[in-house]
Amino acid sequence: MSFLSYLINGISLGSIYAIIALGYTMVYGIARMLNFAHGDIIMVGGFAIFTIVSTMGLPPLLGILVAVAVCTVLGVTIERVAYRPLRGASSLAVLITAIGVSYLLQNVALLIFGSNARQFTSVVTLPNLKLADGALTISSVTIVTIVSCILIMIGLTSFINKTKMGQAMLAVSEDNGAATLMGIDVNRTIAITFAIGSALAAVAGALLCSTYPSLTPYTGSMPGIKAFVAAVFGGIGSIPGALIGGVLLGVIENLSKAYISSQLSDAIVFSVLILVLLIRPTGILGRKINEKV
Amino acid sequence: MNKKKVRMQNGITYGIVVGCWILVQIMDKTGHMTSLLRGILVPLCMYSILAISLNLTVGILGELSLGHAGFMCVGAFSGAFFTKCMENVLPNLQVRFFLAILIGAAMAGVCGILIGIPVLRLKGDYLAIVTLAFGEIIKNLINVMYIGLDQNGFHFSIKDTMSLGMDETGVVIIKGAQGITGTPKASTFLIAVALLLITLLIVLNLIHSRAGRAIMSIRDNRIAAESIGINITKYKLMAFSISAALAGVAGVLYAHNLSTLAATPKNFGYNMSIMILVFVVLGGLGNIRGSMIAAVILTLLPELLRGLNDYRMLIYAIVLIVMMLFNSSPKAIELRSVLMERFKKGKEPAAKEEA
Amino acid sequence: MAMLEVKNLSISFGGLKAVDDFSVTIEKGQLYGLIGPNGAGKTTVFNLLTGVYRPDTGTILLDGRNITGKKTTEINQEGIARTFQNIRLFKELSVLDNVKAGLHNHYKYSTIEGIFRLPRFYKVEKQMDERALELLKVFDLDQEADYKASNLPYGKQRKLEIARALATEPKLLLLDEPAAGMNPNETAELMDTIRFVRDNFDMTVLLIEHDMKLVSGICERLTVLNFGQVLTQGETAKVLNDKRVITAYLGE
Repeated sequence: MSFLSYLINGISLGSIYAIIALGYTMVYGIARMLNFAHGDIIMVGGFAIFTIVSTMGLPPLLGILVAVAVCTVLGVTIERVAYRPLRGASSLAVLITAIGVSYLLQNVALLIFGSNARQFTSVVTLPNLKLADGALTISSVTIVTIVSCILIMIGLTSFINKTKMGQAMLAVSEDNGAATLMGIDVNRTIAITFAIGSALAAVAGALLCSTYPSLTPYTGSMPGIKAFVAAVFGGIGSIPGALIGGVLLGVIENLSKAYISSQLSDAIVFSVLILVLLIRPTGILGRKINEKV
Repeated sequence: MNKKKVRMQNGITYGIVVGCWILVQIMDKTGHMTSLLRGILVPLCMYSILAISLNLTVGILGELSLGHAGFMCVGAFSGAFFTKCMENVLPNLQVRFFLAILIGAAMAGVCGILIGIPVLRLKGDYLAIVTLAFGEIIKNLINVMYIGLDQNGFHFSIKDTMSLGMDETGVVIIKGAQGITGTPKASTFLIAVALLLITLLIVLNLIHSRAGRAIMSIRDNRIAAESIGINITKYKLMAFSISAALAGVAGVLYAHNLSTLAATPKNFGYNMSIMILVFVVLGGLGNIRGSMIAAVILTLLPELLRGLNDYRMLIYAIVLIVMMLFNSSPKAIELRSVLMERFKKGKEPAAKEEA
Repeated sequence: MAMLEVKNLSISFGGLKAVDDFSVTIEKGQLYGLIGPNGAGKTTVFNLLTGVYRPDTGTILLDGRNITGKKTTEINQEGIARTFQNIRLFKELSVLDNVKAGLHNHYKYSTIEGIFRLPRFYKVEKQMDERALELLKVFDLDQEADYKASNLPYGKQRKLEIARALATEPKLLLLDEPAAGMNPNETAELMDTIRFVRDNFDMTVLLIEHDMKLVSGICERLTVLNFGQVLTQGETAKVLNDKRVITAYLGE
């Protein structure tokens, strides 16, 4: 039974990684950039909810809506101010700028909220689920997380496959230049990608802080990195890859915490990533890229 | 660039370092040295060494690495481990420190080779994430490592001090997350400057030699480099491991500048690797002197902003973003070249009048 | 013995036979042309000969030695050097350093000697400089030795690529569209240079070219590729008058 509970918690953690990884993967697929600040958007989402729910005492659902709105605006603004001027510059320049944005968000949060950890009230108020006569308890947050992840995946996949905007995104990720020639507004497409990614980050923030209820300006950074690893793991640029990568990562992390060593769990997660990349250099679902001679 | 120019440029680079050292000596003698500045002298050299060595991987070899702090960590721990173990065997601290530097460099270099062999096949962002992963793994492993020494030799555990199973003569050298305590403070500014000069010598001479040409040819065009018979794997590994070994040297310097050495996310985590990368990018890819200057300025900047207390890291972040936008955005580059053009045009008629 | 002997070389990419049963024999000192319409598989043949791709079937003998399946680096050391259709110079390096990189396997000193500037470093570097300048002179590039390679005009970049290839002291030189983007004057000059290289460097040359003036002007023998297969091969004049060749180029 304990194995099952570790597994379910792993899937839940993995679902959060997957939701964050979606933001990484979509931005990478479309703008070809590693948005290092993505993890910190999660933290901003967390603080938005914290302010609405804990400070102002308003209902959690409103908190989530505000967080989504704040993060979406923030994501689009960052893209407009910091990343768009660098379109066409080297990817390393964009990476460093993203790191700068990450520092900026962390330090603004530090100024406003201080460095002490804040106690986060879970946004999920449903009762826990007891199975097999109470031998297995699954917390409501866990269930909500997994269900949210599934819904987001379905929603996003149909958005990309069924809407015009989604098709434009696919086109831009395939060939930026050709998409421009076909009359697609690349800047707008990228902005919308950032909007979606950041909105998802807000949701991830709500779920993450509900699962691990302590919030600091650095809360987003390690999950951000792990989600990035998950995105690479599954094949960066691929939406199902983000799901597979995220869930696998969460499960491996939780099981190794439970059965091997909690201190070594990160090392194990990263080792598995390296192994996967050595066997499949572009991740599980990544496409092989050949250089033309 | 021809040979004379290269020699002059390199001379300027060494000159800057020596000049700074002399300046510090003068400030010291005339009583202009603040304790804040004194405390930061060794770190400045250390960050310079780190930036220069990472530039070898990123700027000269052209591969993105986000795990440089990991090599620094290996160097720091193996160096400090050595000085601690040899306390009774080699009482002379200078000699021990000298050997520790060599050992730290060697261990980090070996790690560079071991990691480089599998991962250098990957490209671009994938290599970046794998090196980041390696850095985190190294930090993680050191945090669970317990090593003790008693009359029977070394004891090793990844659990706790008790499970080392030492007798009463035993001393714990590496104590898990607490790391190594009581490292002798052997890093002086003079030694740090000397190490910086040696780093410069190694990297600059490497670049302007047969091996350096091979490394840069791989960066500029791998397929062409293969077509002229250059052994890609060998030279990639060479650049990567020399870069790692030099980071190891910086690590030994770091370890002997503090009395306790523990691997935390702050000193050996990916944030440190990223910070070093920022030095390299702002200093200019492949520009060794630039790396050094960027490292010094960006390390001094937050210290100089200390008066602004809470705002200093915020300012640092904004400066970083603005500098990147100014340096790399296509529009800014265009604007600058237009301005330069105007400036030149403004000058030319004057020159004609003179003639 | 032939300098290059290729037998039944084939490769396919995802079901498409890019090169199908390709055979050719090139004698030492020959100037040999490989022509054919766009997409016929000419560059793929070069990529097979230089180990960029491994052939599915077939053998490649260079000066009697079997080099089939070897890696690009090894094949260069065996004695094949090439240029590329889309120029591949070491852009950030100087013109001189591009050629010196080509000398890599023939003028050696250890990395340690290089880092610590031991006497051999100075001695060998001097020899390399001399040799590289000599090669640059052949291509009239010695005045630009200190330029950054990417700052050279297009035609000179093509020449520099040939100089770099020659620096590796090959037995066989493969030129992939050396005259592409050159004006008629430059092309005429290039033809002289290629002949000069063949005569003075004791070189065998295989080249891909669309410029028929260059092909008929310097190639002694030709192979025509069409849809990955050899359409015909033989003496230049004969091949160029072959009806099938004209059809392949111009259509029915």
